[in-house]
Amino acid sequence: MKKVFPILCVVTAVLLSYALYQALEVAPTEATMGDVQRIFYYHVPSAWTAFLLFTINLVASVIYLFRRSVKADIVALVSAEVGVVFCTVVLVTGPIWARPVWGIWWTWDMRLTSTLIMWLIYVSYLMLRRFSSSGQTAMLAATLSVFGALCVPFVYFSIWFFRTQHPSPVIGGGGSLDPRMGRVLLINWLAFLFFAFVVCWSRYRLEVVKREVEEAQAMEDLALPRSAR
Amino acid sequence: MTSTQTAPSGSPIIVVTGLIKQFGRFAALRGVDASFDAGRLYAILGDNGAGKTTLLRTLAGLNRPTRGSVSMLGSKDLRKVCQQYGYMAHPSLLYDEMSGMENLRYFARLYGIADDQRCAAAIRAVKLDPELARPVGQYSQGMRQRMSLARALLHDPAILLLDEPFSNVDVRSAREMVGLLKQMRDGGKTIFVVTHQATLLEGAADEFVWMEAGQIVDRTPGLHRPGESPVPGQSPASSTEAR
Amino acid sequence: MSLTRATLAKDLRLEWRSKDAINSMLFFALLVVVIFSFSFDPTAEESRHIAGGLVWVAFLFAAVVALNQTWARELRNQVLDAYRVSPAPANALFLAKAFGNFIFVIVLEALMTPLFIIFYNLRALGPAWQLPIVGALGTWALVVNGTFFAAMSLRTRSREIMLPLLLFPISIPAVLAMVEATSSILTGEYSAKFWIVLLAAYDVVFTTGCLFLFEIVLNAE
Repeated sequence: MKKVFPILCVVTAVLLSYALYQALEVAPTEATMGDVQRIFYYHVPSAWTAFLLFTINLVASVIYLFRRSVKADIVALVSAEVGVVFCTVVLVTGPIWARPVWGIWWTWDMRLTSTLIMWLIYVSYLMLRRFSSSGQTAMLAATLSVFGALCVPFVYFSIWFFRTQHPSPVIGGGGSLDPRMGRVLLINWLAFLFFAFVVCWSRYRLEVVKREVEEAQAMEDLALPRSAR
Repeated sequence: MTSTQTAPSGSPIIVVTGLIKQFGRFAALRGVDASFDAGRLYAILGDNGAGKTTLLRTLAGLNRPTRGSVSMLGSKDLRKVCQQYGYMAHPSLLYDEMSGMENLRYFARLYGIADDQRCAAAIRAVKLDPELARPVGQYSQGMRQRMSLARALLHDPAILLLDEPFSNVDVRSAREMVGLLKQMRDGGKTIFVVTHQATLLEGAADEFVWMEAGQIVDRTPGLHRPGESPVPGQSPASSTEAR
Repeated sequence: MSLTRATLAKDLRLEWRSKDAINSMLFFALLVVVIFSFSFDPTAEESRHIAGGLVWVAFLFAAVVALNQTWARELRNQVLDAYRVSPAPANALFLAKAFGNFIFVIVLEALMTPLFIIFYNLRALGPAWQLPIVGALGTWALVVNGTFFAAMSLRTRSREIMLPLLLFPISIPAVLAMVEATSSILTGEYSAKFWIVLLAAYDVVFTTGCLFLFEIVLNAE
């Protein structure tokens, strides 16, 4: 079991380098957008990974509410943290791509806007975890996660309708994806998933150890006779 | 409205097993095992940070045990028996802007009691005047503590959990309160008093429970504890909360 | 339900006696309206288009100030603990607090609206009868989540700042709906129906969510 982690790290590193090579060299250059389109191979897999992690966060939170399992709480914490990082990547690479292609940094496009709101909700989730006094954090955070999930359909519908009322810059979309591009995209996503998993796993182990240390310290403090303190 | 279901005197009314309560890095209770009998007056003593208040709050269901359990009247779900205990905290648990009677009338509603007579009776029981229109915020500390006790007594609970009921109360009022507690104990109630002023309870309490560093270290019938200074709370030992 | 009424009556009576919250909030609301009037030229033709946003952002600020007061009274002397050891259901307390805040914020809005109308010379070109509906639904959306998150931020450090941090992200769809509905009615360019339905659905979903989860938050120690 101990060997699995380093092996996984190596596999992830190899996959990431391979995916990078694929994205920069193998994938064909897009006809109208040029090389800037290659950021797509980071943008989209990050988005998919982020949403997967947010889903995991919700599931873990619900499990925590029912079972009060510490493990579920740690999974929720870890998936939210890593999810926010990937979501940040999405929000940063999006404008970098948009600027040369659409001529603007930002547009109140459906996907962009809902990603931004998701990001805001999960940042507030992490803030809550940071600021609540320990012992209550897990419970409060799990509740907020459920509220965040309740919010998702409303975000979606409100922005969808908002968009239909206000004209927006034309976004080159539709059109089918070159199969070679699709393959590179999937390779990149696979690499990102491995990467996310490795990060989550090490963060998970760190958090488990941290909590064990805290508990041991608390017990030790009281085990000492008063005079020794 | 249920009246107190008094367990036969002498049988355990509260059983605490392996109770651990952690606040983050700080363990306030570290393995408390005890059982308490019905119809007795217990004084819980110890230095600051010994875990007295945490123990009392856990008995009241206000703290969730990190490990271990509390069983009251045979039930581990304290919500189910919350009609059976009254809780008085160090702060008054009263609204400063309302008069005593208005306060009690509201708290009575929480227990499903809509009967002014019972509120008035509870106020008279602690030797205050139900007609007093002054808001509780303008009471003296002693009066406020007694009104707070009246709030805890309102629904005639079998068990009373009192946290520092005599702090900042002058000696005469405190003695009166002790007399009242004795009377209620003789009436069949089980009473827990967390206090620094142990001497006040000498001769009144049936048992003194000594706490130290999150554990019960001793239980004595009298205030004298072999090999220890007779008055607790005076030792200069640093409080754990200060760390 | 009778318990909710008793708690609400108690809160209103206490507020009537001390009047601290209502006075400070009225003044705050007045300040917000005046500052907004300076910041956004009220005489401009397009003021009608941005008025919906202005009004609701002002209401939102005022509501946060009110919501932060919600639990202050229960914390003084730790009265909340007296509630928690009693057999009274948590939701009765929640509903009483939410209704109390609703009344509070509605009163504020009723006082701020004429000021906005005067300063901005507003007149609805669409169906004006829909405005009170949007007002009530929108206010409830803010207040129900606000009451919940205010209870949540009780358990945190720096709780006054925590409330908007939790409330605003979740409220974005509701705020969007209120603003768009109000603007549609004021300009008469679109129908506000979709937004009203969305707000109503938001209210139903989040009220249910709050009622399901409030007990957990109240007893999270």
